[in-house]
Amino acid sequence: MRRAMAVVAAVVLLAGTGCQESETVKVGVVAPLTGDVMTFGESMRNGALMAFEEANAAGGVGGRLLQVMVRDDANEPGRAAEAGRELVEQEAVVAVLGSVSTECTLPLADICQAAGVPLVVPASTNPKVTVAPDGARRVCVFRACFTDSFQGAVAAKFARGALDARTAAVLFNSSDEYSRGLAGFFRDAFVAAGGQVPVFESYAAGEEDFRAQLEFARVQAADVLFLPDYYSRVARVVRQARELGLRTTLLGGDGWDSPEMPEQAGDAILGGYFTNHFSPDEPRPEVKEWVNRYKSKYGEPPDALATLGHDAALLLVEALRRAPQSKPAEVCVALAATSDFQGVSGAISFDEHGNAVKNVVIAQYRADGVRFVTTERP
Amino acid sequence: MTYFLQQLINGLQLGFVYALIALGYTMVYGIVRLINFAHGDVFMVGAYLGFFALASWGLPFPLAIVVAMVGCAALGVFIERVAYKPLRNAPRISALITAMGVSLFIENFTNLNFVFGPTPRAFPRPFAVRTFGLGGVEITNVQLIVFGVAILLMVGLSLFVGRTRTGRAMRAVSQDRDTARLMGINVDTVISITFGIGSALAGAGGVLYGIAYPQIQPMMGIMPGLKAFVAAVLGGIGIIPGAMLGSLIMGVVETFTSAYVSSTLRDAVAFGILILVLLVRPTGLLGKSHSDKV
Repeated sequence: MRRAMAVVAAVVLLAGTGCQESETVKVGVVAPLTGDVMTFGESMRNGALMAFEEANAAGGVGGRLLQVMVRDDANEPGRAAEAGRELVEQEAVVAVLGSVSTECTLPLADICQAAGVPLVVPASTNPKVTVAPDGARRVCVFRACFTDSFQGAVAAKFARGALDARTAAVLFNSSDEYSRGLAGFFRDAFVAAGGQVPVFESYAAGEEDFRAQLEFARVQAADVLFLPDYYSRVARVVRQARELGLRTTLLGGDGWDSPEMPEQAGDAILGGYFTNHFSPDEPRPEVKEWVNRYKSKYGEPPDALATLGHDAALLLVEALRRAPQSKPAEVCVALAATSDFQGVSGAISFDEHGNAVKNVVIAQYRADGVRFVTTERP
Repeated sequence: MTYFLQQLINGLQLGFVYALIALGYTMVYGIVRLINFAHGDVFMVGAYLGFFALASWGLPFPLAIVVAMVGCAALGVFIERVAYKPLRNAPRISALITAMGVSLFIENFTNLNFVFGPTPRAFPRPFAVRTFGLGGVEITNVQLIVFGVAILLMVGLSLFVGRTRTGRAMRAVSQDRDTARLMGINVDTVISITFGIGSALAGAGGVLYGIAYPQIQPMMGIMPGLKAFVAAVLGGIGIIPGAMLGSLIMGVVETFTSAYVSSTLRDAVAFGILILVLLVRPTGLLGKSHSDKV
């Protein structure tokens, strides 16, 4: 009996010290800070850190300060899984924010879902992120961005409507989940809207010669060339396309948005349109205010990833405020209850799959930078 | 017809780059019967040396190729001395596994932030890209340079192996190492020279690859390395003209698969060739079948 009492006392003591240690609320951030989509990771981290710092300056959540742990995944799924396990199992974070590419977010989603820790995804657009392969909804995973079926449909609508394109050529990365997914969604929507897709070709990771596919696209003389991939590879593709004399209007997805794009692609990218989450010159007061705030801290205008990182972090902070114990399960419930949250990239509500429903921005690469064209819904 | 010719040029460009890598594979195999899997990574290091020569040291383009070739030759000899020489009399499988280890080491070591880092770098073009029209077919100055340098190096290699004393020593060692040693040939030196020359060619290939596909990163050598290996097997591993022929065929077949069949089948066809060659003609296109010495 006495021994049982001692055990109970020890447990109470341990629990007590546990409480005192959690003066801060631990939050993990996983982002590609090196590798081929490095600018995405840096922007996302900057945007998210800004939101967390502002929350701490305003007194934290429920009287406790946020402690943010940032991990690099180098845009490699294995590294993302490693970072996710460390954050969830060793650091026992309350929630995780990340990552950028679908390839890296999928292992994170598995780990967080299994541990019941909420994952807020700033920018991975593949539908599989919030829905497991068996069709079950991952109830702990939420995202602050639209999905690829959504943006693929918008890109197709824009190509058929504003660009008046009858035929489209699609060239995608067959080794990448995001690229494959978006290519398919665009093709389906473009064909459904009465267009034709005579060229639906791919290349694999590690392949650097796209001339054969591009030459095929050139002789087919499609009205638009849709390139759903990340900026560094798109830059190489468009350079080779222009060298071959392919002058088709270029079209792409949110993977195009990077300050590195004009540097790596040069003049080849000029005139290209892409669907995006945000544009710094969109005429909305919230956007203006955000652009100024970001500029004064980091010295450059925010791109879509910075904005999404910021919105995702705000979503999380707001949910944490509605979860007084800051227990992961509680935060999941609070996140799911989010409705009409006013983010910079638009009002966010979650649909039944945990995906944000909002407008898509269409932007264009011009000689003076990225310019806002219009906003669309499918 | 124009389409065919245009795709042929695209295929040859790829083929010539493969050829510069495949030559190193085949030379080393011919002499020490080792598939040097680190060869694709030497090619990557060559691309980086060319990058530093052009971007950081501001050297002219021909000198950048020389820097890459000399640097890679040194690296190749170093790898041979440290990793393969101690295993010269070990079973061949040990050397093969070591080669894979060296390959993984180079990839991951150069991937570290204080070496080359995982972030891809844009390879500088020392000249503007110009396109020439030839009867409806377009060819760029980059392609002409790739063709020119590759042909020059291959002719140089053929002359070296066929006409010089060292070349004769190399051929002798490849035919029979022990007899060559009895004839007074310093086998170790010949092997080192072979690694040096093979690696130098890969280094030049790296720079040419850099100007043709201007972005480099530490894992860039894996796929071209594998494809060049297939090309060397296709032409007959150990046979120098076979590596050239095999590489050009590989480049053109890959391009034509994309052009006329489907780009998703490109790699399937490339590696399908390897399987087919091994089944039907294991000695390769130019190989002569001979029974191994017992």
